[in-house]
Amino acid sequence: MRARWISVLRTPVGAGAGVLLLGVLLLAVLAPLLWSDQASAIDTEHLLEGSSAKHWLGTDNLGRDIFYRVLVASRTSILLALLATLIAVVAGLALGCASVLLGRRAGRLTTAVVNIAVAFPGLLLALFFAVVFGVGAKGAVLAIGFAGAPSFARLTQTLVAGVAERDFVAAARIAGVGRFRILLRHILPNIAEPLVVNATIGAGGTLLAFAGLSFLGLGVQPPAYDWGRLMGESLNGIYVHPAAALAPGVAVVIAGLAFNLFGEAVAKGFGVPAMVGPRLRDRPAETMPAETDDDEAVLVVKDLYVSFPGPITPVRGISFTIGKGEIVGVVGESGSGKSLTALAVAQLIEPPGQVRAAELSFLGAPLLGRLAVRSTAAARRRLLGTSFAMVFQDPMTSFNPTKRIGPQLAEGAREHQGLNRRQAMARAIDRLRAVRVPAAERRARQYPHEFSGGMRQRAMIGMGLMGTPALIVADEPTTALDVTVQRQVLRLLETIRTEDDVAVLLISHDITVVAQVCGRVLVMYAGRIVEDLPASELATGARHPYTRALLAAVPDLETPLDEPLAVIAGRPVDPALLPSGCAFAARCEFAEDRCRAEDPSLVSHGPDHQVACWNPQGTAAWQARYLGTESIRTGQR
Amino acid sequence: MTTVGVPGTAESFTSHPWVRFAVRRLARLVGSILILVSAAFLMIHLIPGDPVRSALGPAATNSMIDARRESLGLDAPLWQQYLHFLQHLFTGDLGMSITTGLPVSEVIGDRLPATVQLAVAAFLVAVLIALPAGLAMGVLTRAGRRPRTELSFTSTTVILAAIPEFLLAVGLVYVFAVKLNWLPVAGRGNLASYVLPVVSLAIGPAAVLARICRVELLAVLQTDYLRTARAKRLPAAAIYLRHALPNAVTATITLGGLLLGGMVAGTVLVENVFGWPGLGSTIVSSILAKDYPLVQGVVLVYGVGVLLVNLVVDVTLALLDPRSTIRES
Repeated sequence: MRARWISVLRTPVGAGAGVLLLGVLLLAVLAPLLWSDQASAIDTEHLLEGSSAKHWLGTDNLGRDIFYRVLVASRTSILLALLATLIAVVAGLALGCASVLLGRRAGRLTTAVVNIAVAFPGLLLALFFAVVFGVGAKGAVLAIGFAGAPSFARLTQTLVAGVAERDFVAAARIAGVGRFRILLRHILPNIAEPLVVNATIGAGGTLLAFAGLSFLGLGVQPPAYDWGRLMGESLNGIYVHPAAALAPGVAVVIAGLAFNLFGEAVAKGFGVPAMVGPRLRDRPAETMPAETDDDEAVLVVKDLYVSFPGPITPVRGISFTIGKGEIVGVVGESGSGKSLTALAVAQLIEPPGQVRAAELSFLGAPLLGRLAVRSTAAARRRLLGTSFAMVFQDPMTSFNPTKRIGPQLAEGAREHQGLNRRQAMARAIDRLRAVRVPAAERRARQYPHEFSGGMRQRAMIGMGLMGTPALIVADEPTTALDVTVQRQVLRLLETIRTEDDVAVLLISHDITVVAQVCGRVLVMYAGRIVEDLPASELATGARHPYTRALLAAVPDLETPLDEPLAVIAGRPVDPALLPSGCAFAARCEFAEDRCRAEDPSLVSHGPDHQVACWNPQGTAAWQARYLGTESIRTGQR
Repeated sequence: MTTVGVPGTAESFTSHPWVRFAVRRLARLVGSILILVSAAFLMIHLIPGDPVRSALGPAATNSMIDARRESLGLDAPLWQQYLHFLQHLFTGDLGMSITTGLPVSEVIGDRLPATVQLAVAAFLVAVLIALPAGLAMGVLTRAGRRPRTELSFTSTTVILAAIPEFLLAVGLVYVFAVKLNWLPVAGRGNLASYVLPVVSLAIGPAAVLARICRVELLAVLQTDYLRTARAKRLPAAAIYLRHALPNAVTATITLGGLLLGGMVAGTVLVENVFGWPGLGSTIVSSILAKDYPLVQGVVLVYGVGVLLVNLVVDVTLALLDPRSTIRES
């Protein structure tokens, strides 16, 4: 607790606001003691004068010194504002806790009333209450206090609802603890902190509101004076004597800001600290002339790096090629860099992220590097827009919620294929049919929220088929879906591949999914490809210990239910703290000294099979250990 | 949210999300107006002491006060007075002003246009400044770019938003009317007389709105569907205008609506600084003069104004983002 206060005061804003607030409060305490006489001394020889050596900010119509009056007014202004804030917090707390104390029905009623009251601006409520409580300081304190109550009631309700859901409150309730006691012992201590912080911020607003009311003549009445009163009295003389009107205004703003900023700084400091990394300088990405040795290749990736300021490099030099109509799977745990690889390949890494590669080309066209000529940039965009399709992980969030599905599909075709609105819409409906969305014409006019998850993922795939794709990059396309729908979506991808000869790059953390549909599998760990093998060899031929551990962790029907499920011991490597040797060594049961010292590179182990391991495991030994994962080979679950 | 009923039947009609939205929203409006009217009615009865005596002043004789009480209907039982009040309200009769003897509705009709002009003009100015500024800032400072621009934008808007409109008004009067003598210091006349009141009312909300707008745009730029839009390889302008803007603006409008309600209230202070002949100066002078029927009438008008603004905001929001009509049900 103390440490957090100290950390708040260490930030420049927190320290500045703290000092300012302390100064304002000290002034409020001391000013009337020190300068009351000067502030009320009437100097009939200097009426309504401008600033002079004797009177810094001049004098008012009775010859009283304005500078001292502004200083002395601080106590009244701040004291009344704090009183009003107190009333607002107490009244708001009472209203906000009503739902806990009074039971459901009465609680609902207060909530409804609070909701309606919150909709009215504070000043209107204050004016209303000022009429009821009468003009004057007392009436204004009550008026502003009650006018502020609804928003504190709303805040309390939100906070209470958050705490009341928690287990310890439920436990207390079941234990038969009374409502009042629950509120006092369990709920209030947990909401006190945000409430106090918000009250501090609120005090700034109250101070300004009070100044407003006094300014209108509805607050402090003469001969007493606060900042608002001083402003109101001198407004008519602003031509002759602007300082008299401006000085109290400046005081109000400074004091209001002190409360406001201090509260904000505390609120920020007590929340989660924002992490801001140093920014890397924008570097033009390196490009190399495309030297594709394989005309059939749809996508060529050579030595791809993705890095972020920190600096961390979650993808560290991976290479692969995808041929026409090939379906390649990428597997790995969360954080292995597989999704970033997909995004990098699709040119969707946003700054400050950076992508570098010796080669990154799609259908023979290089994708990296800024293009100097506008027309070639447009050509590249058109190529990607028509031939390169993306399917994202979460279909629920990947469609624009404010647009109908049909136009979202049609948009790209209008942009890249030169179709008009009607043609593009017809194409979209046709594509929705192609991905087996029933009643496609009606569906195209619906919003995303009217689609189920599976239907949205179909529509997303349909969006990719608007052009004539050569490659579909599917980033965890089935993760957010339930198992039956998962199946349908995978089958759809397979059908598209065989019918239209489209290559697919399928990213998944689920090795069974990959084994089911892919021809080739890339296993990623800590930003590297550790094994590249045909899917048919997964079940029996995997040689990297990590691949095997992934396979062993897949439960099947024969997995004994009374034993804990197999897991890979340890945690994935933090990309900021990569070890010097093999990244998997710490979790590998076969690790030797060499593994911890030298990073193995990807080397060939038989046709179409590459492994990055100093200690690749033999096939027979492994089968003896893990036999029984029959399901993997056949791809059945 | 799937409708099961046969199209065209009453059941499918009432279960349609839009119908339910309209019903729910109207119910809330009616409830709010009822509370507002009751509060305005009770206001006079909550005042400690005798409002008629305090309005007529200490010189009034008892018979004068009794006569005025009777003419105001203050001697009947409370519930009867309430019904009477509602009845008169429906016919547009808000009673007589105590100080001037004119019908309250006439005074309001006289004063309302000036206030509405002020509030609407200020709202338009605020939105026209805030939306482009906030969006441009969002695009310029996305993903941590231009940190210095961001810092100066944020601090400027924080400070502008923290200055209440009447202080700003006094400051603006000093600079533009007193020092530079460019604009009139007070009153409502030609176009120039509108500038200072409108600007002082608009600047604070504009600062808040611009900041919200920027933050919303930044949030939208992070969303999955914006990544989808980029994956469609649309030109940058299409991505920002077609996909980011509507979504960023939705949340901005919600908060902008609250600000507009606050602006309606802000007119009270600004009108008093500039001697603007609207409802804001009327309500203050009538509170000070203890002219309660007039206060009651003006409070009702302000309250209804705020409720209507909120209604317009909710409907706009529902049209922009159809999910919001469903989210609440």
